[in-house]
Amino acid sequence: MALLTPDTTDSPANPGDPAARSGYVARVRGHDRSFGDTHVLRSIDLDVQHGEIVALLGRSGCGKSTLLRSLAHLDPAPAGEVEVSGRTGVAFQEPRLLNWRTVHQNVALALLNSPERKKRFDLAEETLAEVGLGEKLDAWPLQLSGGQAQRVSLARALVSNPALLLLDEPFSALDALTRIEMHQLVIELWRRHSMAILLVTHDVDEALALADRLVVMDGGRIGRTWEITLPRSDRAPSQPDIARTRAEVLGALGVKPTPPNPRRDPVTGELGPAHHSNPAKRGAA
Amino acid sequence: MDTTTAVAGVPAGARLQEASPTRRRRRRAPLHLLRRWVSPVALVALWQLASSTGVLDERKLASPAQVAATALDLVQAGTLGTQTLISLQRVGLGFAIGASIGLALAVVAGLSRIGEDAIDPPMQMLRTLPHFGLVTLFIIWFGIGETPKVALIALGATFPLYLNTLGGIRGIERKTLEAAKALHLTWAQRIRHVVIPGALPQTLVGLRQSLGIAWLSLIVAETIASQSGLGYMINHAKDFLQTDVIVVGLAVYSLLGLATDAVVRYLERKALAWRS
Repeated sequence: MALLTPDTTDSPANPGDPAARSGYVARVRGHDRSFGDTHVLRSIDLDVQHGEIVALLGRSGCGKSTLLRSLAHLDPAPAGEVEVSGRTGVAFQEPRLLNWRTVHQNVALALLNSPERKKRFDLAEETLAEVGLGEKLDAWPLQLSGGQAQRVSLARALVSNPALLLLDEPFSALDALTRIEMHQLVIELWRRHSMAILLVTHDVDEALALADRLVVMDGGRIGRTWEITLPRSDRAPSQPDIARTRAEVLGALGVKPTPPNPRRDPVTGELGPAHHSNPAKRGAA
Repeated sequence: MDTTTAVAGVPAGARLQEASPTRRRRRRAPLHLLRRWVSPVALVALWQLASSTGVLDERKLASPAQVAATALDLVQAGTLGTQTLISLQRVGLGFAIGASIGLALAVVAGLSRIGEDAIDPPMQMLRTLPHFGLVTLFIIWFGIGETPKVALIALGATFPLYLNTLGGIRGIERKTLEAAKALHLTWAQRIRHVVIPGALPQTLVGLRQSLGIAWLSLIVAETIASQSGLGYMINHAKDFLQTDVIVVGLAVYSLLGLATDAVVRYLERKALAWRS
């Protein structure tokens, strides 16, 4: 098993490249990917503007994570199909920290290619303070809670001051309360650093709360897109525009509206006897 | 049957199968520590009693007092020091050679598919050879000097380090490596910060096993064809039924095995603090 292959996919920021000139931090044009006979991505076109938050939604296997990997240069992409101007930072669903390095070292590691050691660690400390873990510098990753580890992962992605932050379902393994805190944290960090964010998620409500633009992917293609112009503070689920968009997005994802409970008596409102013909569990998968 | 006696007498060997590098030494109260010494001391006292009363034949096994006196004599005469040093040198050299080969092969096999295909099959085959059985062949090849002894030790030490280090490298999660790549770390930086420290716990298990086997190999090598070293001292004493000298020799082997084991345990505690 070849665990490591020499890194040939990294291309450093080039101010002369087309993506930079166009005002886009990332530009994807006609991007195809297939594994054997399976087409995972089919002729994808996607632009991410500077400072924009784009949520990429879709069912499992729709290709959204593959697209993120292309943008992160984790997989090779043919020249010209995927252009990213500036640095990328990535946070995954699992924190993926190096358990044998302290929290401080983990974050500083993202700066390994800048020469000054002291500067690396100072910057790492600063960023950890930003995510609220200034007290945990010398902790080992295995001593952290899931939410804390994910904050470290976020700090590690952010410390190099990326132009594009790629988040691959980073909050899906967290409990609901921690997730809400993380949403707030991401918005706070985004306001301060003004980077663009591409958020891959299953969670329609998360996308509605965070993103400027929602993009639904299906079968390796880009489907419908929604722009959300409401300020983030006004995006209560009961807000009519949000509720309508939510229904539309869920529809685009193939989720039907919840049917009325057939076991509930329409007149008395009481639950009848259970019969085991529950419709298959439908989530936003 | 000196060989089997000697083999059984080395605790490092007995610990071969133990594979938990991180079991933390629990802090024990001094009283508890003292309690743990009661039964060993009682056993030695019982042994002395059996010898003094004649239950234990002096020719079969010397009494503890006799062993202690002999040990003192051997130390004062310089014999024990000289022979121990010779044995230590053999183990040191053989282990260094074997460990280097095992580590190097594991790294090559762990990092490239071609390397693995080339190295792993012969290693898996050689691993099953009873390497003590090779002594005869080694003597034909290398004569009866230092070379066959060092070669036997080196051969024994190679496999545990190879297997464990390879396992450690394979056990590193691809996702972790990928995260390092996403941080724009170069190939060399990923080796240094992910592969080596990630494989370290398993490598240390291999190190402990390799040291254990190195001591065992030493004993076998020295007992079979040697003119010096602890094994020779024991073997020589056998011819004159000097059970006290034999026991002293075995005790020194045992202490040396314990000492190297303690060194590795110390390394584990230092290097694997993150697993606590």
